[in-house]
Amino acid sequence: MSKMKVAILGSGNIGTDLMYKILKNDGRMELSLVAGIDPESEGLRRAREAGIVASHEGIKEILEDPEIKIVFDATSAKAHIKAAEQLRAAGKMAVDLTPAAIGPYLVPPVNLNNHIEAKNVNMVSCAGQATTPLVYAVSRVVPVHYAEMIATVASRAIGPGTRQNVDEFTRTTANSLVKVGGARTARAIPVFNPAEPPITMANTVYAAINEKDFDFDAIKKSINDMIEDVSEYVPGYRLKSEPIIDYRDTSWGRLPVVVIMNEVEGAGDYFPKYAGNLDIMTASARKVGELYASHSLQNEEVRK
Amino acid sequence: MSIPRLTDTTLRDGSHAISYSYTIEQVKDIVRGLDEAGVPVIEVSHGAGLNGSTIQQGFSKTPEFELIKAAVETVKQAKIASLFVPGIGTSEELREAVEIGIKAIRIAVHCTEADVTEQYIRLAKELDIEAVGFLMMSHTQPAEVLARQAKLMESYGADCVYVVDSAGAFVPQDVRERVSALKEALSIDVGFHAHNNLGLAIGNTVAALEAGADQVDGTVRGLGAGAGNAPTEVIVATLNKMGIDTAISLAGLMDLSEEVVAPIMPGPIVIDRDNLASGYAGVYNSFLLHVRKAAEQFDLNPTEIMEELGKRQAIAGQEDWILDIALELAEKKKDLQNI
Repeated sequence: MSKMKVAILGSGNIGTDLMYKILKNDGRMELSLVAGIDPESEGLRRAREAGIVASHEGIKEILEDPEIKIVFDATSAKAHIKAAEQLRAAGKMAVDLTPAAIGPYLVPPVNLNNHIEAKNVNMVSCAGQATTPLVYAVSRVVPVHYAEMIATVASRAIGPGTRQNVDEFTRTTANSLVKVGGARTARAIPVFNPAEPPITMANTVYAAINEKDFDFDAIKKSINDMIEDVSEYVPGYRLKSEPIIDYRDTSWGRLPVVVIMNEVEGAGDYFPKYAGNLDIMTASARKVGELYASHSLQNEEVRK
Repeated sequence: MSIPRLTDTTLRDGSHAISYSYTIEQVKDIVRGLDEAGVPVIEVSHGAGLNGSTIQQGFSKTPEFELIKAAVETVKQAKIASLFVPGIGTSEELREAVEIGIKAIRIAVHCTEADVTEQYIRLAKELDIEAVGFLMMSHTQPAEVLARQAKLMESYGADCVYVVDSAGAFVPQDVRERVSALKEALSIDVGFHAHNNLGLAIGNTVAALEAGADQVDGTVRGLGAGAGNAPTEVIVATLNKMGIDTAISLAGLMDLSEEVVAPIMPGPIVIDRDNLASGYAGVYNSFLLHVRKAAEQFDLNPTEIMEELGKRQAIAGQEDWILDIALELAEKKKDLQNI
């Protein structure tokens, strides 16, 4: 089976974990290059050790190789704004793991097919990847008037970028719950917990329903189906307990609220297992890359 | 001992105890009483800070910006402040509150996460208001860790950093150590915020002042989350007896407590089993009503939920874990019954 060449831009923690995920899963992607800017970085050293070409000249070598069709950008929002133009001009598909969000939000089990021809897609945020599918699982059965999600993450698994801009994290995640998850309005609230030993990423989704009749069994089934879909590419993604209906006093009166409690344990590829928040980002990005690769290889085969 | 600056947070911490039900009239009455008595700073916002009206915490009955506006319009001499928790509030709400007229923002994070406040302390200074760092759940960390975290807040431009006993878990020695460490490390003001789970809210406040605290918090009649706070009127009475003249009218505060605040309260705040269990386990005080609700719903003892929250090291903002724990405990009980 033919493979498509891909590259990772950014040799930090996210780029490194993604590298291991791509190498571990034998699919339609062939990782041909990891590019960073620091020749001494651990990420580039690890890439070389794994037998992957490593460049410390940033995006340069990626642009020079016309065979590289998909590029995962794990740098920063600022860097991606520049890289996005260069990648587009070079005809490469960009999977953006930064908060830049130039392209549409992409949450694999929800809207991948809507953007299968896009040239730049954004992976939202860790909490967005974890909770958008759950909100969508409810909203595809009954309209969600208001969604709220609380993401509790181990302090050690939150990098300086997020710490310096909690606003951005909150906004992006809430936007994803509306635009992709299908809620009418939404809030997203992060909690960074320093407990030792570190806690595994835990998410609570509240979906407030403002309809007289709804079928809770159908909602539960939809949620369980969704858990299965996500756990196919994030094995540690699961429910902590069965979803329940809890009545809460809200700004819109007393409403039934579907409460979903979810846990995300990482695969432990490079990040420790408790850092499910980071794992779900790289696992989702890999999933997106894989589907794009097989989609375009199929198209090529058809054309042949 | 210098004369401490007193911040009254009845209209913020107190909102936890009455499920965020303050009305515009109540805010005006309480602000008028505090302002006339000479209290210099009055905090008004949802208990969980600006934008705290959520499913997780509980919705405000009256939009908090209307309450803040009422406070700003009523006040003659005092500064109106609000609480702000990064992630619950965003820059947008902070800007709006400043637009309405708050003059100080207290930026609260779990006491190991000070770096998260940088964005907001800098914004507050840009907007030309006072910025206070609020290190919540200070009992979970030793003095030197708190001092390092406080130092970060100072470096971002904070005007004061508070040691916050969110769980009411401190004894006076703990307070002295931490306040002293901050006093030594910082050149800005140091504050202390007490809760009364061990009956030590006033004692700990005095300990903080003896260790050099420049600012302390109180609530009228102790109306605050869980076991409540150091009662503002009792702080003033105590300081008077210690020969420290705050120039605040004790008589005015006592009347406010009796005539305005008491009728708002669902009942007196006492150190009952749930409040003692909470303080003893080191659990965030505003969890109380949520714990009671979950205990009733799943036929559990609130103490067992409190203990588990303590064991799991839950921090501020984790009300969802209460339900998680209750479901788990209820499940365990069912399993036992089936054996």
